[in-house]
Amino acid sequence: MGKIIYLDNAATTRTAPEVLDAMIPYFTEKYGNPSTVYSIGSQNKDVITKQREIIAEALGAQSNEIYFTAGGSESDNWVLKATADAYADKGNHIITTKIEHHAILHSCEYLEKKGVEVTYVGVDENGVVDLEELKAAIRPTTILISVMFANNEIGTIQPIREIGEIAHEHGILFHTDAVQAFGQVPINVDEYHIDMLSASGHKFNGPKGIGFAYIRKGVKIRSFIHGGAQERKRRAGTENVPGIVGIGTAAARAMRTMKERTDKEIELRDYLIERVMNEIPYTKLNGHREKRLPNNANFCFRFVEGESLLIMLDMKGICGSSGSACTSGSLDPSHVLLAIGLPHEIAHGSLRLTLGEDTTKEDIDYVVDCLKKIVADLRAMSPLYEDFVRKQNR
Amino acid sequence: MYTEKVMDHFQHPRNMGEIENASGVGTVGNAKCGDIMRIYLDIDENQIIRDVKFKTFGCGAAVATSSMATELVKGKNIQEAMEVTNKAVMEALDGLPPVKVHCSLLAEEAIHAALWDYAEKNGIEIKGLSKPKSDIHEGEEEEEEEY
Repeated sequence: MGKIIYLDNAATTRTAPEVLDAMIPYFTEKYGNPSTVYSIGSQNKDVITKQREIIAEALGAQSNEIYFTAGGSESDNWVLKATADAYADKGNHIITTKIEHHAILHSCEYLEKKGVEVTYVGVDENGVVDLEELKAAIRPTTILISVMFANNEIGTIQPIREIGEIAHEHGILFHTDAVQAFGQVPINVDEYHIDMLSASGHKFNGPKGIGFAYIRKGVKIRSFIHGGAQERKRRAGTENVPGIVGIGTAAARAMRTMKERTDKEIELRDYLIERVMNEIPYTKLNGHREKRLPNNANFCFRFVEGESLLIMLDMKGICGSSGSACTSGSLDPSHVLLAIGLPHEIAHGSLRLTLGEDTTKEDIDYVVDCLKKIVADLRAMSPLYEDFVRKQNR
Repeated sequence: MYTEKVMDHFQHPRNMGEIENASGVGTVGNAKCGDIMRIYLDIDENQIIRDVKFKTFGCGAAVATSSMATELVKGKNIQEAMEVTNKAVMEALDGLPPVKVHCSLLAEEAIHAALWDYAEKNGIEIKGLSKPKSDIHEGEEEEEEEY
């Protein structure tokens, strides 16, 4: 196959060459275990501290509030389960939303089986959390509010500061799953009243298998992985030194390039949205028009099914996704698209394109040109479209 | 994920289209589940399937099974067409991933639904054929939304 146009950067990103370069010595020469006495090991302790500081600075946090984990899912699981456990004396109620990632939703379902009560707050047609519904859901027993910073499918950015304020006015802890947002939009944990935050390295040109949790000083949650005394006794296991160097380098890089990169992405994203909406009929843009991730475009093409669309795009060398990659094993349309009120049959025809730092205007033009033809071909094959046209002509 | 045959039928669907004044038309599936198949049959006076066309809204497997099903019934008489089971369609495609097996069932049902329509129109009975189960017309009068 010829050139690949990779527009699935919300699924994962390419590890940046400077990130990989920074990691390699920690596989080859500096492979020592940080918990040891000799220098090739113990030196790595300082290396880890350095990465922790980089990430803390990016969030306006203290370095001893950053805990390295194996990724976003682990951070989400840890925060939810350990909070439910540690604050059981105070209450057993958690508030989250209907559009969270499955790492949150399935952890909540697990906790419900253990007797925790969970309220899933709805969103409006743009995917923005309903703040009134959120406020109304608060009970004296509410211990945690968990709302994602930005949605992984439709890209909508939530009113995090307002949600944080609401949580803190009521003395409730506030967690945000910032897996999609970190490195894409500025985040300050104090300004946004965030007590806990999850992020994942491979979403911002870092390696896979490494993430972190920010846990504000004073939040009492205990370890989720038991064993050695790593990560201030809160996350056992020999540190993934190459991964930690990778995520630290990637975080520094993401902060350094954020403004320029996202300005360019926003321009190209808007160009993509404009062309698609103008040139392909019966198409809907999902998610908020402005309050969305710089690189996210999500459409529904009526009378067309998503998987067919993806295979056709793949044959043109274009990588996109329909719903989130994690849902592709299931037959149900995305819970996010249903939560914004789309009927099932329209939700089946969704396409998410997420730009990257290397995406060019030529790429977008090629993608839109291919997309126009593919959607037209699939509609020509669709009995739903046939019925629709017949109805129009009646 | 898909076999070469499935990919081939998806990329080059056989017999895609409509037949005007078809002898029988059958539509099965449900847009809610993401699959709808419509089969058009042109059946001559000797009950031979002279032509067959399909239209499908659905995943790669749904398109490929429809395409293969039309190939398997074309030129057959109606009793032979009744013997084209979902298993036969699946085998002809060198298999389907487990989550996509229902697509082959839908292809079998679509053929049966079209044969049922033909039988009803002509007042005949086809051995082994019962009224099709799935019917998409249940939710048809949904509001049209503007996009």
